[in-house]
Amino acid sequence: MTENAEKIIEMINVTREYFDTVAVENMNLYIRKGEFVTLLGPSGCGKTTTLRMIAGFEMPTSGKIFLNGKDITHLPPYLRPVNTVFQRYALFPHMNVFDNIAYGLRQKRVAVTYRDEKGREFTRLEKLSHDEIAKKVEKALKMVELEGFERRAIHTLSGGQQQRVAIARAIVNEPQILLLDEPLGALDLKMRKEMQFELKQMHRKLGITFIYVTHDQEEALTMSDTVVVMNDGVIQQIGTPEDIYNQPKNVFVANFIGESNIFSGTMVGKLKVKFAGATFDCVDDFPKNEKVDVVVRPEDIILTEEGEGQLSGKVIDSIFKGIHYEMTVIAGKTEILVQSTQEWPVGSFVGIKVDPENIHIMKKEFYENKFDGYITKRNTVVFGDGEYECDVTQLYPGSTLDDDGYLVLEGGERIDLTDNDVKVTVGLKDIDLADGEEGGGAVGEIISCIYKGDHYQVIVRTRENEEDYVVDTDYLWNEGDIVSVSIDKSKIKMKLKEEAKGKK
Amino acid sequence: MVKKKIFSSLILAFVLLLTYVPILILIIYSFTDSAFVGQWKGFSLALYLRLFSDREIMLIVKDTILLALAAASISTILGTVGAIGIYYSKKRTAKAMSAISNIPMINAEIITAVSLVLLFTMFFGGKSMFSLLSGHVVITIPFVVVSVIPKLKQMDDNLYEAALDLGATPLKALLTVVLPEIIPGIVSGFMLSVTLSLDDYIVTAFTKPNTFSTISTYVYESMNRPATSKLPELRALSAIIFFAILGVALLSAFRKNKQQGDSF
Repeated sequence: MTENAEKIIEMINVTREYFDTVAVENMNLYIRKGEFVTLLGPSGCGKTTTLRMIAGFEMPTSGKIFLNGKDITHLPPYLRPVNTVFQRYALFPHMNVFDNIAYGLRQKRVAVTYRDEKGREFTRLEKLSHDEIAKKVEKALKMVELEGFERRAIHTLSGGQQQRVAIARAIVNEPQILLLDEPLGALDLKMRKEMQFELKQMHRKLGITFIYVTHDQEEALTMSDTVVVMNDGVIQQIGTPEDIYNQPKNVFVANFIGESNIFSGTMVGKLKVKFAGATFDCVDDFPKNEKVDVVVRPEDIILTEEGEGQLSGKVIDSIFKGIHYEMTVIAGKTEILVQSTQEWPVGSFVGIKVDPENIHIMKKEFYENKFDGYITKRNTVVFGDGEYECDVTQLYPGSTLDDDGYLVLEGGERIDLTDNDVKVTVGLKDIDLADGEEGGGAVGEIISCIYKGDHYQVIVRTRENEEDYVVDTDYLWNEGDIVSVSIDKSKIKMKLKEEAKGKK
Repeated sequence: MVKKKIFSSLILAFVLLLTYVPILILIIYSFTDSAFVGQWKGFSLALYLRLFSDREIMLIVKDTILLALAAASISTILGTVGAIGIYYSKKRTAKAMSAISNIPMINAEIITAVSLVLLFTMFFGGKSMFSLLSGHVVITIPFVVVSVIPKLKQMDDNLYEAALDLGATPLKALLTVVLPEIIPGIVSGFMLSVTLSLDDYIVTAFTKPNTFSTISTYVYESMNRPATSKLPELRALSAIIFFAILGVALLSAFRKNKQQGDSF
């Protein structure tokens, strides 16, 4: 891959919606010729939908897809110079290995130029000859190291062998792009490692573009030239495996790729960040007093003798993992995950050191929750799919509520607040979650739970309008849990919207 | 426990006896040359000999089989196309379509028969071979649809997509990849249609031209005029039909077993 190689695939503002869900949202992505690109993300993040749109099995709801600069958004799959290796192989069960691989070649028509008696040239679309097909199939089988399997029935093959046939069936057509949809998901670990290596070699040999879909971050990092991390139908980060690992753009990427310690921190000076109760030198420049997220990889934390390093803590857990020990160290209230080849026994007191270049600082994503809401007849406020008790007097300084529910301003004027639009902010720590549907305002599902050193950061998404609540909590929640949200009356901060203010 | 087992096998034996005794009696009495069931005149194949030399009955048997094969062929083609159409429709359309196609199966047959007669006398000039064939196609199509759809559902959806991906047009993909996958369903739909058409009485009686008879309408007519009828010969015919159907049933059960043996 060279930096200025031409773009083979370009997706512009591509959105794919199903009845009520958005699988891919406003995606902009280009892929260079010859690249090995991996779409990486948890299940349901839209990576497979993206692949299926490139293959032509699904059409974008809006947006355009270009192949070599030509618009292929609505081109049917059989006219695209693209072939797919399916997750469950999708080999034709009633055909043998040879016929499976030859299937694509038999559909092909090539233009052959002839010269008639008078010397005029004309071209005809012709099928490939039997010999040509046999030769190509043989070559493809050799490529996947299955020589001699031509006559075997599909159901007599092992999973790994079926996988190889599926790859041969795709590459025999010499596609410009090979699409692979989690092709190694069904194989056991050893087989998977072997196929990873072989696929990488094949990519080098064939020189065509590979677009690979996986949820396995290790697979993505070892195989790809470029990794596209996706979540919730949105691209989170595009970069080389090194970039993605060392410079994650946000908490999601840091958490999804490899293991990491994620701390809430504050910039306390030029290139100085405070987290986990201590101040560290760092190399990322952020404004002073900015709240930030700090990512430190477990292998970048150095344990030393007590008293050395920036922090001190106590080892509370240690697991032998083969190549290293994985230890949990508690420093004050903060738990820190450490990987080291040297073991410190459980119970020992240690010093903790982190080199400045290993501290990765990201702009804090969720500093507070912001919602648009309105006031009801009962002087409660509705926002984020829930109704909450609130203190409406904060909307007008010095005002009070009278017995009839009218707001009495400082000057004595009585106003009705019903249906007034307000902007609501709620702190991350001010939201309480409870199991089940009862007990609060909005009801939603936990869609993410990320450990932040001394607390969990949870995102609750409501069902009706998919409003997100970001909550800092001491308790571990599981993704998929249904919870109800409650917020103390005094913690709901409201401001009248500008236009609403004018109407008064 | 043992007592319970004996009791349940006794009940099973009793139920089977009730089901098969009439047929058994019929078969036994087909091997004696008597005018009615209950009269045993010693073992004889006379009924079978007379049956095979009776040109009228032989013609009716031939007609019945030809009608069944023709109706089954037509409904197999239409039913398969319909099943594929339903399977690849949008969810809501598919639901509605399959519900509508199942109506002839659950609807009282007499109503289907009467409405067919009305339709054919109003628009197609009365009863003919065409109305008879159409009637049989109407009652057998849903059975083809319901035997093909499960096969489509069992199929890996990616197979069709894989064929498109490899350059096959939708039609080509359907013929070379989807069709071979659903052949077992098509075959069992065809066999089911043949048996249904063979023994159908109601729709046949209503839609057939007056000069035409199938085995079932002929048997029914014979019962009404015992004097001139060939009821004894029909005992032999019934025995043959029973064994033929038994053979088909065993064959398809065996095939099913073998298929399951293959996939596991």
